Amino acid sequence: MSSVRIVHEPADKVRDIYTWSKSAKAEVKKILAKYPKDQSRSAVIPLLHLAQREFDGWLPTKLMNLVAETLDMPYIRVYEVATFYTMFNLAPVGKYHVQVCTNCACMIRGSDKILEAVEKLTGAKAGESSADEMFTVSEVECLGACVNAPMMQVNDHYYTDLDAESAKEVLTALKEGKTPKVGSQVKEAS
Amino acid sequence: MADNMITLTIDGHEVQVEPGSTIMQAAKKLEVEIPHFCYHPRLSVAGNCRMCLVEVEGAPKPVASCAFPVSEGMNVKTQSQLAEQAHKNVMEMLLINHPLDCPICDQGGECDLQDIAVGYGSDRSRYGSCSKRSVEDKDIGPLVKTVMTRCIHCTRCVRFATEVAGVEEFGATFRGQDMKIGTYVEKALDSELSGNMIDLCPVGALTNKPFAFSARPWEMKTVNLIDVMDGMGTNIYADVRDEEVMRMRPRTNEEINEEWMTDTARFAVDGLTKNRLTAPLVREGKNLRQVSWQKAFDTLTEHLKGKRRDGIFALASSTLSAEDYYSFNMFMKESVGTDNVDARTDGSPIRGDVRASYVMNSGIAAVDNADAVLLVGCDLRRESPLLNARVRKNVLAKNIKVASIGALTNTTYDVKDLGRSPMDILDLIEDEKLFKKTFPKTKNLMVIMGAEATTRTDALKIMGAVRKLCQKYEMIRPDWNGYNLLSLKAGQVAALDFSVYPVAAGVEAKDVSKSVSEGLVKTLFIYGDVEIPAQELQDAEYIVYMGTHHSAYADIADVVLPTAAYTEKEALWVNTEGRVQAARKAVNPPMQAKEDWKIFRALSECLGKKLPFDTLSQLRLLIAKVNDAYLPENWGSFVVPAWDKFGLTTKPNKAEFEFSVPEYYLSNGYLRQSKVMQDCAAKAQDTNNKKVS
Ligand code: SF4
Ligand code: FES
Ligand code: FES
Repeated sequence: MSSVRIVHEPADKVRDIYTWSKSAKAEVKKILAKYPKDQSRSAVIPLLHLAQREFDGWLPTKLMNLVAETLDMPYIRVYEVATFYTMFNLAPVGKYHVQVCTNCACMIRGSDKILEAVEKLTGAKAGESSADEMFTVSEVECLGACVNAPMMQVNDHYYTDLDAESAKEVLTALKEGKTPKVGSQVKEAS
Repeated sequence: MADNMITLTIDGHEVQVEPGSTIMQAAKKLEVEIPHFCYHPRLSVAGNCRMCLVEVEGAPKPVASCAFPVSEGMNVKTQSQLAEQAHKNVMEMLLINHPLDCPICDQGGECDLQDIAVGYGSDRSRYGSCSKRSVEDKDIGPLVKTVMTRCIHCTRCVRFATEVAGVEEFGATFRGQDMKIGTYVEKALDSELSGNMIDLCPVGALTNKPFAFSARPWEMKTVNLIDVMDGMGTNIYADVRDEEVMRMRPRTNEEINEEWMTDTARFAVDGLTKNRLTAPLVREGKNLRQVSWQKAFDTLTEHLKGKRRDGIFALASSTLSAEDYYSFNMFMKESVGTDNVDARTDGSPIRGDVRASYVMNSGIAAVDNADAVLLVGCDLRRESPLLNARVRKNVLAKNIKVASIGALTNTTYDVKDLGRSPMDILDLIEDEKLFKKTFPKTKNLMVIMGAEATTRTDALKIMGAVRKLCQKYEMIRPDWNGYNLLSLKAGQVAALDFSVYPVAAGVEAKDVSKSVSEGLVKTLFIYGDVEIPAQELQDAEYIVYMGTHHSAYADIADVVLPTAAYTEKEALWVNTEGRVQAARKAVNPPMQAKEDWKIFRALSECLGKKLPFDTLSQLRLLIAKVNDAYLPENWGSFVVPAWDKFGLTTKPNKAEFEFSVPEYYLSNGYLRQSKVMQDCAAKAQDTNNKKVS
């Protein structure tokens, strides 16, 4: 992990206004229904996820404010939560957010090589985005897929049992607009 | 004492505490010291610094004493090898990232980290070659300086802002090594109590910005004072070096300010040394020329000779002490011989006949026993931030109800809006159902009237209505008096106690501007910064200004007499409860300035009508006769005044209440002289403008 997370909110990437779309509103309602009325604050994490998904994959301050207002809670309390969890992005991410696990199991199984390959292919170091804004690379801690280490997560999908070669293949496929196979990348013995 | 007390042993000593207490509280009772950073008796328990680890027999690991509840027969050791090792380890850990910058840190000499490191830390560290974390400083306004690299993440400041000040703007963002304390977005803290974070911060991360680098704690001597920026009578310390008050700090008084103070009380000290009047001045043509006291007195005596008394007027400010008002009033009414004397320059028609009508009868501490609070024309957050914090504390702890009839502004808790005009009080009196609905099962209701109500021309009618309300719903009982009038100004109660207003047919303060423009005011005495702007008074024929600063009133004066500021006199201050508190003199008045009562006494002799006292104690003997609260044995205590008839029974008028404290940071003469307060006002203005646009 990079040791200090510094937040830059590039002004040109922040929208003027953030409001929930009709469908998002319905989703908010559904989420809120799961919690007691006087404890709607508990919905802050699901709502932040929803917000991140709805708007460009990251959480500018203004968007966190929208979540705070929706839940009628002080802004700072939302900032605290959003900055605590690494799955919330505080700076813009590319179309594909590549999270390479470098925790113990993956590291023993060669995650350094994976990261190296990913960085080389995308031209972005961990914590950065590629020049074409296609990829953002992050180093993350254990994602709970140690049995199939080493692994990486790209947006919502896990790609496991990687080696440098297969990691590259996955990303190249994504880059070309194809849909690589999700899950284990072990080639079936032919 | 409850009979289900729990007995435990700490370091071999037995102690009994209530169930639910923590080991830390039990140790406090035994006066056993356990080092701590994050624990604070007035804040919630966070348990995050781990400095308070102790050994508990039978427990596998050291436990955090601030968060660990006691149990019967527990055996706690705070100085065992295990505990001492734990202290050393935690200290070593805290110091990994703490900078070694004590020589350039303002906290030096009063720093918990320094003290505890010396007392409990190890004399060496295993982290010699690590590079330290660094964190950028935050700009949270003109009062609190931040050096965030020094922060040890105790979160006291965050808890204070959230729990006491009621502004949830401070927080801990990010985590682990990257955790940062601050506002996340750049933002000045919007609180009237922000300075208390300086006292709470156990290290030098939050320090007093205006005081930065100006003195070390061991160079200053400490004097007990009473604050005069609002009507609370906050107990404070003045830290003095040579002949200068360097800073103010709160002094604990559970019945008044607990251990907090407002920013106005803390940060206006810079004004005490600037722009002061240091010698008597007499006008010569366009300029004021410095003269001796004798010359100034002669000039005045000469001027007053043969003047008709009904052309002489006098106004007094609202931040004066008991001695000041008493001697001034006597001087004007007896030595000079005019009845056109008034200290109610805010236009209030309240008179001093029944003490219960113009003080807080419940007392400040009674907020803790109240079931509900009704604000009447009171912007509590601005009129008394400390009382507001106390109400908020009870709103959080006991969920007490707060309702308001008045010009509602921003509050730090939920307030039920019962209307905007005095008519709504009458509704509440008539409509029992409404009252029951708003205050269900309320035994102790505190009605607090504020400046929005008391400065109106129909204040006496509003007071009458509130009195009726209290009586109708049985809030005036031997065990409870719910009628409270909150004074905005430090001198309000004393001035009314001594009838510093016309008692015969004199002209009231609210009509003085008119009299000036009609040319009726031949001689005008202005004592301190009054609430009437200087422009409205400048056309008086002859103006005598007695005050501390070269303010706009000095500019329009013909004779100027320099008086002593609140830090420069032994004085009795009367707070909004009518509690009389004695303050010591921190420094001498500058140069030739004199204590106020001495001036009146000397001048009265020149006029041939000597005031009947020569010393402060003689003056205080006279004052003690005014009412019991002034008896020396009652100083410092809250004397409940007798309940009596007061107020008018006619209907108040329909006009809505108007916002009472438009410029909080500049609301009296002392504040207006402070550069720091001017900055605060400008900043507040800025934020307001932003909010509007
Ligand atoms: S700034 Fe001071 S009070 Fe606040 S968390 Fe840091 S050390 Fe504690
Ligand atoms: S260590 Fe990589 S998934 Fe667990
Ligand atoms: S004082 Fe107990 S953990 Fe900080």
